[in-house]
Amino acid sequence: MSTANTPTLELRNLEVSYTVRGIDRQVLRDVSLSIAPGEAYGLVGESGCGKSTAAFAAMRYLPRNGKITAGSILFEGKNIVDIGEGDVAKLRRSAISMVYQNPATALNPTIRIGKQIAEVFVLNGASKTDALEMAQAALTRVQISDPAQVMRRYAHQLSGGMAQRVVIAMALASNPRLLVMDEPTTGLDATVEAEVLDLVRELRRDTGTAVLFISHNLGVIRNMCDRVGVLYAGALVEQGATADLFNNPSHPYTVGLLRCIPRGGLHKSVDRLDTIPGTPPALGTHFDGCVFADRCALVEDKCRSTQPQMVNISGSHIARCFHSDKASGLPRSVEQIEIKATSTSRTANVGDGLLNVSHLSKVFTQDGHQVRVINDVSLTLGVGETLGLVGESGSGKTTIAKLVLGLVAPEEGGVVTLDGKGLAKTLNRRDVQDVGAMQIVFQNPDQALNRRHSVTRIVSRAVERLRGFSVRSSIDRAHELLLGMRVEASLHGARPVQLSGGLKQRVAIARAFAGAPQIVLCDEPTSALDVSVQAAILNLLVDLQKHDKTSFIFISHDLGVVRYISDRIAVLYLGRVVEFGTSQRVFGGPFHPYTEALLSSVPNIDGTTRKRIPLTGVVPSPSNPPSGCVLNPRCPRKVGSGYESLCESEEPNLNEVEPGHFMRCHIPMAKLKQLQN
Amino acid sequence: MTDETAEQAKQTELSERLAVLKKNKAFIVGASILAFWIISAVFGKLIARYDQDFMDYESINSAPSLKYWFGTDSNGRDVFSRVIIGSRVIIVISFLATLLGAFLGASLGLTAGYLKGKFDMVLMRILEAISAIPVIIIALLAVAAIGRSSSIITILIIGFIFTPNVARTVRAAVLGESELEYVAAAKLRTEKTGHILFREVLPNVLPTLIVEFTVRLGYAIFAVATLSFLGAGLEAGSPDWGTQVADTWSLIFTNVWWPTLFPSLAIASVAVSINLISDALLEVFEL
Repeated sequence: MSTANTPTLELRNLEVSYTVRGIDRQVLRDVSLSIAPGEAYGLVGESGCGKSTAAFAAMRYLPRNGKITAGSILFEGKNIVDIGEGDVAKLRRSAISMVYQNPATALNPTIRIGKQIAEVFVLNGASKTDALEMAQAALTRVQISDPAQVMRRYAHQLSGGMAQRVVIAMALASNPRLLVMDEPTTGLDATVEAEVLDLVRELRRDTGTAVLFISHNLGVIRNMCDRVGVLYAGALVEQGATADLFNNPSHPYTVGLLRCIPRGGLHKSVDRLDTIPGTPPALGTHFDGCVFADRCALVEDKCRSTQPQMVNISGSHIARCFHSDKASGLPRSVEQIEIKATSTSRTANVGDGLLNVSHLSKVFTQDGHQVRVINDVSLTLGVGETLGLVGESGSGKTTIAKLVLGLVAPEEGGVVTLDGKGLAKTLNRRDVQDVGAMQIVFQNPDQALNRRHSVTRIVSRAVERLRGFSVRSSIDRAHELLLGMRVEASLHGARPVQLSGGLKQRVAIARAFAGAPQIVLCDEPTSALDVSVQAAILNLLVDLQKHDKTSFIFISHDLGVVRYISDRIAVLYLGRVVEFGTSQRVFGGPFHPYTEALLSSVPNIDGTTRKRIPLTGVVPSPSNPPSGCVLNPRCPRKVGSGYESLCESEEPNLNEVEPGHFMRCHIPMAKLKQLQN
Repeated sequence: MTDETAEQAKQTELSERLAVLKKNKAFIVGASILAFWIISAVFGKLIARYDQDFMDYESINSAPSLKYWFGTDSNGRDVFSRVIIGSRVIIVISFLATLLGAFLGASLGLTAGYLKGKFDMVLMRILEAISAIPVIIIALLAVAAIGRSSSIITILIIGFIFTPNVARTVRAAVLGESELEYVAAAKLRTEKTGHILFREVLPNVLPTLIVEFTVRLGYAIFAVATLSFLGAGLEAGSPDWGTQVADTWSLIFTNVWWPTLFPSLAIASVAVSINLISDALLEVFEL
């Protein structure tokens, strides 16, 4: 059916609309792309640009309110836009598979893993007993440890990484000729993500399946794909071989996107981050000219009136822009913010230790078991400093934030001292000044802002309670704060749902600053945001810090972001601090073996390859931590270090290995340095 | 949202939703029926062709005709006029009873869902015990104890009986809400529990509460009709539908079906219209 030069998938001038509240809104505009057999094609773009819609359309799996309004989808040369449901089902059964973003919801929670995978084989004609054997072979293929045992488990008994392996095994079970992967590693920790990506790369080498790989993460795309397409507002604005596109981006949007990302060890003290001005257009906006014109620094009158055609850059590299030759010289966009009176000026008494946290522990009771989620954590934070907390999920980052804020009470012996004053354990026993002095910006502004209250009210109520202002002056102060955070006056009466993700997070930051805080905890404040918005938020936080010496505790799983914004870093593993020191020391090496593994698992955006230090196995349960050093079963440096027996029998202390640099490891610095070179 | 202000966007979204609602067939049918009965409840005396107590001794049990659209009952009273005028009692009582149940249920559900722990445990067990007793039995017991039936007692009983259902629904919604970070944010600006419950959490469970309210309202119509049919609902002699059915149903066996059929249809149509409206609201507002 398919000859050597027939693409596996080809989209020709594809247009898709969604009917939302009775009105058709265009989501994909004239998208044309093709994926050759065995090729990995990456589709990148920010949220709402139509990436997933393209993927669903390719599988003829659009939601009920979605429809293909023009163009064609060719699978191995055959148009599948108009084929019947039966033929579509046949295609999905035998030729096209999909791996979804969230493996936890992609698996049926009531059916054992083995039976679930076997179903695919049964559908394709295998007998039930054969199918079970084939299912086990499929699990072996995705390198899951102890496949026979995994076969008997249910989805909730698997870690995120294992669940995604199972989903991949199911997707590959039918030997598909096209594999669609929609953000397959987005919910996973960096170390797990790296393993899953390694697996996908290997499987692709073995099977030669064509892959449509969708991700917002440019680093992942760069490392996984042969060719890349950049989507903006439903239009493909640039396409080319991965190296060409990343080395010579030729559409202003691609250029802007690449510049937004904190990378190459960039630090806030050196430079601001670039942003992309403006916001993406609303769903279904009509354009006469270029979709990006409103946000483009190179815009001319022509761009607004005429739709640009794809122009050839080099080889197969094309860009939809009148100024593709000038794109690399796009003027930098670093929005300078004039901070207007965000808080009262204050003088901190203590130079170094504004916040001292010592011997903080937390034990939760779970099904009658005592689970020690935080174990003897001590940290310090100076005035105007940022302390970055990093670690995989389950390492206790967020719990530490809650303990410091008093939302959760620490165990006996844990002390939180602010400005030399010991704080009460729980929030309701702290006085208003102490509560206002420490505030938080949560990860998800949708949940953190009351969706029934106006923006003004969200901020003014905090001013009223924490500063004791009258209602009238609280509202005035709220408007000042919001304007300072670049939330325009016209939006102050809006509800959070009417704001973009970035604006919501600005409102959340304004609220955190309402009580003139000394310390603001930021719990993954940018992980739900697009990179261009992330850059603007990080710039804002740095400006606020410079302006009134606010200190931050910054929690993030994104090491590039933490590195950019932090002065000190604490690396957490299983509720323990395993490394603590200044940013330069922690990121400069020699590294704690865990830090080393974390750093090496981040996909690099600049295309340089680096030896990955794998962290094998899964994070152990805090209810049953390993004996000795808690990292020892996974430690990449234990074997061959000469300290194996010590690592397995005795938990190391957090030692000061050099001035201001603490490490919890039995292996001495000199030996680590030698091993890591 | 680059050019238009948020206020306009809000207007647009609401007007778009309303436009969809206006095209929703279930909503159109339900709203038309309910509107008819509400108008009847308010202006009943103007629409009715005769006084509810006017007796025409010339035509007892006469079949529907041009003079008496729905026929007359065994006292020679116009069934059409009595059905129209009777709408007020049932609609007002059902509404007030549901309102009472929603108020009590929401308050208990909010507190239980937010405080959790022992308070929640004990309260929910008590509410489950209450909801295990059939409404009719409680009503009959109450009437027997007090010695007469009255609309106030009907309202209190139905409101009381509905409280556990509303509380359970609201509690479930609150359990999810109270985990959200805006509640933590409220605690971090030293808000009192009462403020968090009624100003922060309640507005967010309001859609759930409104839907529960309409569902309960449908049941309330049936409950009021049933109680008055059993003679335990309202003051004797009031021209409500349940009493009309109760007074006339035995005539069906003598082929005089109209005094029973029309009030019964009225009861069914109100209940159905409320359900149609709540279904349409659920769909259009994506609750």
